[in-house]
Amino acid sequence: MTSPIWLTQGEHETLRAVMDRLIPGAGAAGAADYVDLLLGAFSFDPPRIFAGGPFSGRHGGEAGFERWLDLGPVEEIAWRIRIEGTKDVPERSFNGPVVGWQDRYRAVLATLGADLASQPAEEQDRRIAELDEDDRTMIFEHACEAHYGDPVYGGNVDGAGWKAIGFDGDVLPRGWTDAEVSEP
Amino acid sequence: MNASDLDCDAVIVGSGPSGAAVADVLTAAGWSVIILEKGRNHLLELEAPFGPIGHYSNDELKFVQRHFLGPDPVTEPRTFRRAESDGDHLMVGHVNALPTTVGGGGVHADSKLPRFREEDFHLRSALGPIDGADVVDWPVTYEDLEPYYAECERSAGVAGEETNPFAAWRSGPFPMPPGPDMYGAVLSMGAAEKVGLHPYRAPTGVNSVPYDGRPACVNCGFCGGYGCPIEAKGDPVALLRRVLRSGKGEIRPESHVVEITVDRSGRYATGVRYLDRDRNEQEVRATHVVLAAGAFETPRLLLRQGLANSSDQVGRNLMYHFQTFTVGGFPFPLHGMRGRSVTGAHDDHIVGDDAQRRAAADAGLPWIRGGLVEHGGGGQPIREALVYGPGAHHIDAMRDSNLRERLWAFTMQGEDLAQASNRIDLDPKIKDAWGFPAGRVTYLPHPHELVMSEHAGPILERVLREAGAEWTITSTSPPQGGDADLSPLGIAPASYHIMGTCRMGDDAATSVVDSSSRTWDIENLLIADSSVFATSAGYNPTLTIMALASRAAHLLTDTPLPATTPH
Repeated sequence: MTSPIWLTQGEHETLRAVMDRLIPGAGAAGAADYVDLLLGAFSFDPPRIFAGGPFSGRHGGEAGFERWLDLGPVEEIAWRIRIEGTKDVPERSFNGPVVGWQDRYRAVLATLGADLASQPAEEQDRRIAELDEDDRTMIFEHACEAHYGDPVYGGNVDGAGWKAIGFDGDVLPRGWTDAEVSEP
Repeated sequence: MNASDLDCDAVIVGSGPSGAAVADVLTAAGWSVIILEKGRNHLLELEAPFGPIGHYSNDELKFVQRHFLGPDPVTEPRTFRRAESDGDHLMVGHVNALPTTVGGGGVHADSKLPRFREEDFHLRSALGPIDGADVVDWPVTYEDLEPYYAECERSAGVAGEETNPFAAWRSGPFPMPPGPDMYGAVLSMGAAEKVGLHPYRAPTGVNSVPYDGRPACVNCGFCGGYGCPIEAKGDPVALLRRVLRSGKGEIRPESHVVEITVDRSGRYATGVRYLDRDRNEQEVRATHVVLAAGAFETPRLLLRQGLANSSDQVGRNLMYHFQTFTVGGFPFPLHGMRGRSVTGAHDDHIVGDDAQRRAAADAGLPWIRGGLVEHGGGGQPIREALVYGPGAHHIDAMRDSNLRERLWAFTMQGEDLAQASNRIDLDPKIKDAWGFPAGRVTYLPHPHELVMSEHAGPILERVLREAGAEWTITSTSPPQGGDADLSPLGIAPASYHIMGTCRMGDDAATSVVDSSSRTWDIENLLIADSSVFATSAGYNPTLTIMALASRAAHLLTDTPLPATTPH
């Protein structure tokens, strides 16, 4: 596999194992890649925060999701606060200090241990259960985003998350016929 | 001021349905207009031929999780408390986050565009007062507003049918026939009729046929919460495009208004100052200033300056719709993610019946009024997944999809009575990214809303059972009862229908604007958004917002529409 963008190879392996415990199949479908792309979003120009439009190309039409959209200056502040934290930058500190996801993931993955991926499932679950609730919530929310969000964000590879639950995903520009809307 | 010093005839703060409706009328009358919008532009090209910009998409992550339409709760937090006794605030972040973007709330709505009923405009005279609430008559009537309702239905493009027995009179038919019923609505409307209710196809600002150069909707299902990638929703892109095409109007996105400038007398507005994308200070000088920033941001701006508030009513009488959610789980899939999010409705709980009058009397209230009940379903999987939680059960729960594929929902947009203590003011601690105090909501429902909701819930559950639901459950927003703090929708009202913070009236001592939407204190300062609502009614507010805004602009340009009669 290709090198991670922001995580280390070891962190990536650990996170992938965590994701599979939170949502079976999510790690295998790229959930750690999703978080890695989010944490490394500002390594790209434009930052990989908002995918483009109007269509994915999977159902016809011009494929536009990979034309990532620019962030405005205020959006950049919001996303740098989320990802990097306030880090004493005055323009980010209007409501006090915030620890960003990068630092939180680095600490969480260290706490879980570099050997997590090789542990039995029960041991993995035990270590995950001991995390702070806020951190568990953050990782689970990212797992859901990864597995059920559009594949362009790095998770849900080939729509694996959608296929697992029978969700059709985006359908434009084809859409649904009136009969498909109104009938069983 | 010399005319040569002026940048335009009117500067409009906000580009949502109200600002768009004002700009459309003013530019049609030949006025020059500059619209300042705090948010970004993803709606349309600002250069001729003003085509689609292609940024909207069927992307749950972008629209729901990542706040693509704004406001981002990190950079534009808002705060909430139930009462002063809660201290500065109970929560900070996502509170009534109606989009901050070119097109405003019109972009994200699934565009249910009903009219109010005649009696909504004279509720005090029709039904009388209720203790602890400030029930008033509006200074305008339905008859005053009908021509503007009709105009806005045509300009946004509304699809509907005249089968609702409780609807107000109309001067003409809907511009388009209704779109297809969602399968769940076929079932729930049939069941509603069986139990004696009067369902109808909800008036919707989504094209059912090609209209005004925009295509018919293809039922993609990413409707409520999403910008429309094919422009099948007309509100407000149709109006803003016409404004730009007129050559008299300009939209400036990422322009954060920080001050309304006034002359030495304090009775006359001279324009606004704003910060541009790079936070450089800019000024627009205009003959008229129109606030169209929504019922949250408009009072926030006025309160920061202490303007137009000789009545002490700015920010007060904040009203939502008190939402009653009754959901049912079905033993078969309803594919509620196809179609326009909501396609059916009924109004019976607004009009009431003997049982509803008894419920009011039993609670010691002279009357209760509910709201339009939306028959809807759908939803996308990320929000559903968060509810089920992590673990081995997760995928099976998602596959069963009790909360998406097999769910059907009623949402009653219950009338919320005005109370002076329910208000928007400025949070003493929390700031936005520009360093300005965040807006704060202080809100507790009146017993009227709770009694009405408790009366409607069992009726709505009966309808869903009749439609085939195996289980039903009712909840509200804001949540009530012992486990209110655990509501997945949060403790604050989740409704984006927010009204009444600069109410319209006949008396300068008790209202902020007069019947033509001009502030009493500053004659050339107008308010065009839902701040001016005197009551909340039980109907989705957008079409009434647009009609009032359009009327204000027609009066301003001395081009009032002729009176109408039933067709």
